[in-house]
Amino acid sequence: MITETHIVQFDSIALDCGSKLAPVDVAYETYGELNARKNNAVLVLHAFSGDAHAAGTDQSTGAIGWWDSMIGPGKGFDTDKYFVISSNILGGCRGTSGPGSINPETGCPYAMSFPPVTIPDMVRLQKMLTEHLGIERLLAVSGGSMGAMQALQWALAYPDAVAASIPIAGTARHSPQQIAFNEVGRQAIMADLDWNEGDYYGKRPPARGLAVARMVGHITYMSDESMREKFGRRLRDQDQFEVESYLRYRGSQFVDRFDANSYLYITKAMDYFDLTAGRPSLSAAFDGVKSRFLVISFSSDWLYPSYQSLDIVRALRGRNCDVAYCDLPSTYGHDAFLVHVSDQAELVRGFLASTFRERASSEQAVRGRS
Amino acid sequence: MSESFVPNLLGRSDYAIISEIIEPNARVLDLGCGEGELLAWLAENKHVDARGVEIEGSKVRQAISRGVSVFHSDIEDALADLPDQAFDYVILSQTLQESRAPLKVLREMLRVGRRAIVAFPNFGHWTVRLAHMFTGRAPKTKLFPHDWFDSPNIHFFTVDDFESLVQLQHWTIEKRIFLEGARQIRILPNLLSEVAVFLVRSS
Repeated sequence: MITETHIVQFDSIALDCGSKLAPVDVAYETYGELNARKNNAVLVLHAFSGDAHAAGTDQSTGAIGWWDSMIGPGKGFDTDKYFVISSNILGGCRGTSGPGSINPETGCPYAMSFPPVTIPDMVRLQKMLTEHLGIERLLAVSGGSMGAMQALQWALAYPDAVAASIPIAGTARHSPQQIAFNEVGRQAIMADLDWNEGDYYGKRPPARGLAVARMVGHITYMSDESMREKFGRRLRDQDQFEVESYLRYRGSQFVDRFDANSYLYITKAMDYFDLTAGRPSLSAAFDGVKSRFLVISFSSDWLYPSYQSLDIVRALRGRNCDVAYCDLPSTYGHDAFLVHVSDQAELVRGFLASTFRERASSEQAVRGRS
Repeated sequence: MSESFVPNLLGRSDYAIISEIIEPNARVLDLGCGEGELLAWLAENKHVDARGVEIEGSKVRQAISRGVSVFHSDIEDALADLPDQAFDYVILSQTLQESRAPLKVLREMLRVGRRAIVAFPNFGHWTVRLAHMFTGRAPKTKLFPHDWFDSPNIHFFTVDDFESLVQLQHWTIEKRIFLEGARQIRILPNLLSEVAVFLVRSS
């Protein structure tokens, strides 16, 4: 599957902070075909450092999509059956407007003058994109980690526009531990003198700080067991462990494709996301949701532990919502949703198929009545 | 002896009985739903709103892959989350004898459901009685095939035991069906039935 990233521009978007971003670009890709009834569209939602290129081989760079194991013909999100959409989030640096974008008022990059963005803002922009693509109601929204936050937000914000939500390895709000790791990453970036209060575009970017931030991130994505399996105490050369070399490599690689200011904005959006804010309980947040849910967690994920998924499931069950939940066994830690996908793909395939059947038969019933 | 044959559903006669009890479009919760075979059948054929609970991960995966909404949990925890009277029927098929707190489970079933369907193997069946009497050991029969040390069953009770519990709790039995193999038993159920299916509601 050869793919291409498209960009669509909207006049403006109203943000939770009260300001308006105008204009706003969205980078997106699509896979498979939208059917005539437009009822087979699935929106996949990327995690913190992902982008619109979720599946297939990019036609210009040759890069493989971040969820290629899940999206394609015959895969969990089967592109022979479904029309899959993936977009880069607001505040990102992979084609959608973010702090690295040019502010039309000044002709310079926004940098730290970019307005703060929230998970609901990201979802609002995705809604604009799906409407632009002519889709009123999605069959499903799904993503892991920060993508799971967006999948939950979709079901809350647009109950009539999403038939099913599949949050994977996610949470309804960050724990202090999750916020703490994000803060270490932010401090690493801001401690780099090249960060220069965010004003580094066209100059030397804060590469060392960003690389350290990414190294911390990678530790949290793995598990004790997966690190022992992958690296052991093997030495790369005389004075460097394999694990050190791996982290340095991932850190330096990240610098080439990610903007440090986006790191700051997006991690803040994750940390502030809290479905219980201003509500008596998490259960109250789900008042009014109409979609069904498939919630998946992984046994060795200590960054987004299973209990956080279970909290979501319990709150949904308390409202008697239609929810399926499975804690999948894996040693891969938080990365499991990206790399250990065979069971996950089975669950998603069956869940999507039954959602599609139900939806088709209820639409048939509506047509029969009218 | 008055008896009639019960058709089987998915290889089980208790499933056939349960599927007859449940009316179309009902809201159904199956506790210990395994791979979701019964729920998938009910969803397909009776268009019920089907939900399940299962503790074994591999079975949960099978059930969800089948399109059934299953919660990966033990039964007691799963019931505690649910609001009152959320279901028309709560099914507990061949699991009560494995439950740590059977009375608590039954009470919870009748809280979250308007009716409970309980199917269980009858410890009063004559083969069990004979096995115990003649061997002097924990009975091992077709119905209770496990050795005492690796049996999932932790509570042993009979048709009469169940009836008296229901009476004690002032619940109402709306239906009782007794099976020996695929035959329906009409006399001496405590002695002759291998499996009993009760439809219970709180009064």
